[in-house]
Amino acid sequence: MRAREKLPAIVDLVVIPLANVVLAFLAAGLVVLAIGGNPIRAVEVMISGAFGDSEAVGYTLFYTTDYIFTGLAVAVAFHAGLFNIGGEGQAYIGGLGAGLVALALDHTGMGWLVIPVAVAAAALFGAAWAAVPAYLQAYRGSHIVITTIMFNFLASILMVYLMVNVLIGPGNMSPESRDFLSAAQLPLFSDWLDGMGISVHGSPFNVAGILAVLCGIVVWLLIWRTPWGYELRLLGFNPSAARYAGVNEKRMIIVAMCLSGALAGFVGVNEVLGVHHRLLLDYALGYGFGGIAVALMGRNHPVGIAFAALLFGALQQGGAELSFEMPQVTREMVVAIQGLVILFSGALAQMTRPWFEWPFRRRLGGEA
Amino acid sequence: MKRGGIRRIAALACAFAATAFLAAGRPVAPAYVYAMGGKFDRSFSEALYRGAERFKAATGIPYVDFEVSRETQFEQAYRHFASRGRNPIIGVGFSQTDAVKRVARAFPGTKFVLIDGNIHMPNVLSVEFREEEGSFLVGVLAAMASKTHKIGFVGGMDVPLIRRFACGYGQGIKYADPKATFLQNMTGATPEAWTNPARGAEIAREQFDRGVDVVYAAAGTTGMGVLQAAADRGKLAIGVDSNQNYMHPGTMLTSMVKRVDVAAFDAAQAETKGTWKPGHVVLGLKDGGVDWAYDRYNKKLVTPAMKAKVDQAKADIISGKIKVHDYESDGRCVY
Repeated sequence: MRAREKLPAIVDLVVIPLANVVLAFLAAGLVVLAIGGNPIRAVEVMISGAFGDSEAVGYTLFYTTDYIFTGLAVAVAFHAGLFNIGGEGQAYIGGLGAGLVALALDHTGMGWLVIPVAVAAAALFGAAWAAVPAYLQAYRGSHIVITTIMFNFLASILMVYLMVNVLIGPGNMSPESRDFLSAAQLPLFSDWLDGMGISVHGSPFNVAGILAVLCGIVVWLLIWRTPWGYELRLLGFNPSAARYAGVNEKRMIIVAMCLSGALAGFVGVNEVLGVHHRLLLDYALGYGFGGIAVALMGRNHPVGIAFAALLFGALQQGGAELSFEMPQVTREMVVAIQGLVILFSGALAQMTRPWFEWPFRRRLGGEA
Repeated sequence: MKRGGIRRIAALACAFAATAFLAAGRPVAPAYVYAMGGKFDRSFSEALYRGAERFKAATGIPYVDFEVSRETQFEQAYRHFASRGRNPIIGVGFSQTDAVKRVARAFPGTKFVLIDGNIHMPNVLSVEFREEEGSFLVGVLAAMASKTHKIGFVGGMDVPLIRRFACGYGQGIKYADPKATFLQNMTGATPEAWTNPARGAEIAREQFDRGVDVVYAAAGTTGMGVLQAAADRGKLAIGVDSNQNYMHPGTMLTSMVKRVDVAAFDAAQAETKGTWKPGHVVLGLKDGGVDWAYDRYNKKLVTPAMKAKVDQAKADIISGKIKVHDYESDGRCVY
């Protein structure tokens, strides 16, 4: 903290994260070398796999959308001093909400109204799933980290129960619901572009991407441009001062967590209404936890989160491409490489800091 | 003059090659998508891998393959292969059904083969097996090998497909030993049930504690734990899908082999010959689609009487004298 104010913003926000990503790729390159692959080729495959053509870009942006939602979710809670580990479960239950509305209303002829209702249900379900741990934190003092983690397990078990016993489609072997009718399917960008005569490859990138951008703007406005946001940040920086200043801490915890849960719940919109068009298991797998790394890397700011989410989306898409193109890189190796990037840019984010502080320290010392 | 002649012949050969190429439509460049258990599960997916390798050895045509890390990736895998001109694209496992349906709709010119699923589309060949028939045979063997007259079954995910294994097996047991007790457990209700060997071993040990001395695992990688637990306790085990007899010689009674490799090979081979046809094929004992494994690893465990009995049962099923009940026809087990 001591040195944090001393670095120019450009170094702090751009140079250090970039250096961490480069380091991570160097470490991942060594791993690829160790298993007998060509690291240069691996990087090529990952980059062209993530940005090489319209299909690759579409998939990257689709994954990015998920990470923006969970990244924002973690950031909102973090500004209130709450560590929301439960994005995974909130996303899962958010998708359940969207899916239930879709299954109930897609054949009723409500037309375009189905989707807004389903989106609202995703937010509501996600918020409700976060509200219980929030209540326990605010009024009973149960630590939010523990309760949100436990709620991830509960979400997973609840979904298994519902999919296997209640929602499984007629004649299905896999625990999946029936397919939604077109009224409950989000429009794909690739279809729009095709309609405009621009030929692109199909990809699952859908209008939930716009929702993600809107969410980023709303979060920024709320946190930095409203009195409520000021109170939220005050609570995060110094709970005692916030209480002294008259902030209703309990209510703030609940509202912040509900907002966080609602944002995470939108992952369900992107996945369930956007691509799968049916309820199934495990569609939220990894996004909740990935969101923590995204928020850390993006310094809990919507702009930073958008870029961090893009990196994670590119890693996920490029990683999949890596296992398509290079047979010696198995799916486990891809996870290891992604893990290294997360390790360097999330967990070890402060490691490279002293190297960049060094040239500035002397100058600042001279001024003092 | 001579050189010109050679050139003309070369040109003619090229023209022939080109017409052959055009006649066959897209070039044959097969792609394979494995089930959740992964390429080297020594069972279901590995059979697909063997079929792919055999195709490569026989034709010299290289192939590509993919292991998903989550079920939601299936569609991306198919889309990736289809958009890069791969043809035919061959996958195993009913959980790929939806992905194949969607991508086959988007790429009507590409041929798809789904093993263990059933899709009616003009560019999809679905291949299913009569697992109940093969399971019946290994049930006969289990009943004859058991000294405690208690026989176990460990299934993977609790789906109609796996119940079909269990019911055929139970029917075979009762056929050979009407008084035998048949215990069955499923590992779980989600795809995770295919990939949990520790849980498989736990269920097998529990069955052993209840007196079971022959256990049949139809559970993907989870089955590895079952076979290991049997080897540890000196009980007999029956493998599934691939011939798993070699894994624990001495305690592996047999394996119910499901010729996924043959189906995968035949589908790709048919495409090179231009005889590929869409539709729905069900392979049973009669077609060599399922069988029991008898080799040097389990020779000592299978007595001549057992072999005679199971060979008789096999002949009777093929001739129609024994009717093996299909669980999925009415959702009931008939012993």
